[in-house]
Amino acid sequence: MTPNLLDVENVDKIFTRGGIISRRVNHAVNDVSFSLTADKPEVFTIIGESGSGKTTLAGMILNSLAPTSGRILFQGKDLRDVRSRRDRLEFMSHVQAVFQNPFDAFNPLKRVDRYLFSAAQNFTECRTTDEVEERVDDSLRKVGLSLAEVRGRYPHEMSGGQLQRVAIARALVPNPSLIVADEPVSMIDASLRMTVINLFKKLRDELGVSIIYITHDLATAYYISDRLIIMQKGRVVEGGDARTVLAAPQHPYSIKLRQAVLSVDGAWRDDPLTEAAPVVAS
Amino acid sequence: MSALKIFRDLFSHNGEFAIGLVLLLVVLAVAACSFFSPYPPMDVYVVPPDVPPSWEHPLGTTSRGQDVFWQLTFAIRNTLLFGIVVAILSRIISLFIGLISGYKGGWIDRVLMSINDTFVVIPLFPILVLFYFIMRDQMSWALLAVITALLGWAYDARLIRSIAMSLRTREFTRQAVFSGMSTGKIVLQEHLPFVLPIVFSTTMNNINWSIGIEVTLSVLGFTDINTPTIGGMIYWANQHAALVSGIWWWVTFPVVLVIMLFIGLFLLAISMNEYIDPRSRLSRLGGQA
Amino acid sequence: MITQLRPMPPSLEMRAPQTAPLLEVDRLKAYYKTQLFGVDREVRAVDDINLKVNRNEIYGLAGESSSGKSSLIKTVAGAIRPPLRVVEGSVRFNFKDGERDIYKLSPQELSAIRWSHLSYIMQGSMSVLNPVRRIKHAFVDFALPHVNAKGADFTNLVERHLKRVHLDPAVLQAYPHELSGGMRQRVTIALATVCGPEFIIADEPTTALDVIVQKGVLLMLREIQQELKSSVLFVTHDMAVHANLTDRLGIMYAGRLVEEGRTRDLFKRPLHPYTAHLISSLPRIGDEAPKKGLEGSPPSLANPPPGCRFHPRCPLAVDICRREAPPMMEILPGHRAACHVAQADPTRVETVG
Repeated sequence: MTPNLLDVENVDKIFTRGGIISRRVNHAVNDVSFSLTADKPEVFTIIGESGSGKTTLAGMILNSLAPTSGRILFQGKDLRDVRSRRDRLEFMSHVQAVFQNPFDAFNPLKRVDRYLFSAAQNFTECRTTDEVEERVDDSLRKVGLSLAEVRGRYPHEMSGGQLQRVAIARALVPNPSLIVADEPVSMIDASLRMTVINLFKKLRDELGVSIIYITHDLATAYYISDRLIIMQKGRVVEGGDARTVLAAPQHPYSIKLRQAVLSVDGAWRDDPLTEAAPVVAS
Repeated sequence: MSALKIFRDLFSHNGEFAIGLVLLLVVLAVAACSFFSPYPPMDVYVVPPDVPPSWEHPLGTTSRGQDVFWQLTFAIRNTLLFGIVVAILSRIISLFIGLISGYKGGWIDRVLMSINDTFVVIPLFPILVLFYFIMRDQMSWALLAVITALLGWAYDARLIRSIAMSLRTREFTRQAVFSGMSTGKIVLQEHLPFVLPIVFSTTMNNINWSIGIEVTLSVLGFTDINTPTIGGMIYWANQHAALVSGIWWWVTFPVVLVIMLFIGLFLLAISMNEYIDPRSRLSRLGGQA
Repeated sequence: MITQLRPMPPSLEMRAPQTAPLLEVDRLKAYYKTQLFGVDREVRAVDDINLKVNRNEIYGLAGESSSGKSSLIKTVAGAIRPPLRVVEGSVRFNFKDGERDIYKLSPQELSAIRWSHLSYIMQGSMSVLNPVRRIKHAFVDFALPHVNAKGADFTNLVERHLKRVHLDPAVLQAYPHELSGGMRQRVTIALATVCGPEFIIADEPTTALDVIVQKGVLLMLREIQQELKSSVLFVTHDMAVHANLTDRLGIMYAGRLVEEGRTRDLFKRPLHPYTAHLISSLPRIGDEAPKKGLEGSPPSLANPPPGCRFHPRCPLAVDICRREAPPMMEILPGHRAACHVAQADPTRVETVG
């Protein structure tokens, strides 16, 4: 039986701040477990607001952070065993990342194609310039762009939507099996957002890439997710098939989240402000 | 956005830049004249001594029989050279330490910064004097430059480190990592361009600092005072009690010229700083209306 | 053929302007002119904007990045600095105690109307609250000069106001970092409204906030508006917020106003293709139909396309759109749009995905 693509097993992450006398403990991720199968690519969504631990969890899956306890297995291998530069490169050729702010994901002083070329040189067997360019052009075409359009451009010359697509193309260069996208469209204009979201669908359906999509936006989550989990303060409060959970959430926090989503189809019912005098400390 | 247009605009709108540039150009012109000097720099008693400023000797002559103007051209050239060499050497050290420390963090950072802080609190001057006394005969300008550079990198290393630390968490750094770039490549190609503008402006301050060191040491006679430098000229003037005997031109002109250099570099440094920061650049634009 | 519209619901009718509009923006143009340091550029951030905001009304301004809405807001609030300058036009408020033309006031007159007549709620609440002083000092610094009460009276006034907006008066003793982001934004709103301003400008007040917190902040804003009967100019790119909060809505694209009307009309029957796309491309929970993004990208304001600025991305563009910029015209009662196609046939837009 082939091992799962990704196994997250009882993962915790605890941050401690302060010295010997006063310490503050932040239990950022608390006992989270889920698995992604290798048989069928899927879009797995992690929904959470700020402070929910979703970004920390993403960092651990990408092997940028180590879990305090629990373990993460990629294709059956524990991430803790990925140490040397060669292991890391090997890992990154299967697992890639797309970041939130496309304008910050590219060095404003440098051209955008340098990351594409670097990825081609480091993760593939391409050696000559022609091979590298062909690989890069190939990746760019998958996202609806081409090397001719992108070559020599600086980040400020392109729109948020285009930049994010270049970032996705860069992530696709090594032909990964898993892409972790942390709030990939929250900083993109509404008119360009759906192009990128539809691209994720295409990655799953046509290119066989599984995607972990991290967001706080329930509407886009509904649109493309297969399964999802909802996180609050480090814990998973609810999970399951995406449509089922979002249409009829069970956990009180999920319900609150669902009710807070503003619908375009008309004014909400007048909720009396039910909060009692709010507590001062956060 | 061509560099020439930027210079022209800086010149016409930024008074500090204009004045600083003019002062620096004057000093450089004087230094350039040294290549045309009719008298070899180290020779003494080549002209009548103690002659006040006149047509033949526009800045007068010294008690050692040297023309003050031509001596000054060599002096400012050597002093400037010393300052620039020290500045470049110490920039390289501070860049290396600052970037590595900022990017790597962890124990490397702690160790390097402890070393850094040690160098910050070392009393420079007594150490330099100590070196002089230990190595009196082997003390050459090159050696002095190296030692001064080794003592002058500490402040800027911390500055560079803080920039490197903020760059480490930027998303393009993470994207570079995920593109497979090695640490060295990231630090040199991605981060260095951000750090260079600050380094450039601190270089000018560093030149000022090292010239100050040189002048101080030379005035007290702790360097090879046969090579003409600004401090050296003042040393010899003191040796011959120039001020007391009324040979004011021997002291005044070197001092004036080095002050011009200081002020020129300082003004350039602050105006470059203001240009580099987009907000202050913008406010200067707005202030034109 | 234009189908008959349903008559206005009574609540909206009561708010129909009986008196002059509270805010009149007339042919406003504000450009960034940069001609220094090798850069020679004119960015037309606000290009010929005409709009009116009535009393007791929440007017929403929608648009994406580089639509010019942030520049417009700053211009309306009188908070612009060179290189952004007003080139033409005027911004006039008709307060209860007289008319004010913002760009004809002296700095003292301008600061006199701030907080008492005109309030500005900004996006990052922290920039208003001094991190090293307690919240109550912020009230003293900003509100006390405009209020005729001193000492204990003032404190009572502030506490009453806080209770009215469901904030615990204990918040006054706290430092900003002790409060969550949502709480800070609510405190900022309380601060901006304690003097009972007639006009409130809110610039993306909930953009950086979580969904649950956002709901609280929006409810608070709506309550304050209903109590003070002030007018609110609310800027955000989030169309769902507009649908639930605003009475009238203006859509900005590339420095121009392209559509404006009652919010319900805009959402039910958008006239401009851009509006139609913005609304139809929003994913909704429960809706599995495929959505599309717009091709191309928002134009550069330094070099906008000729004619209608939307024409390169518009599925309905025809020849005249490339040559002539369409004027903003009333096509249906109370519903304006700047589109050649809509002006010829308002039903064409319904074909846009």
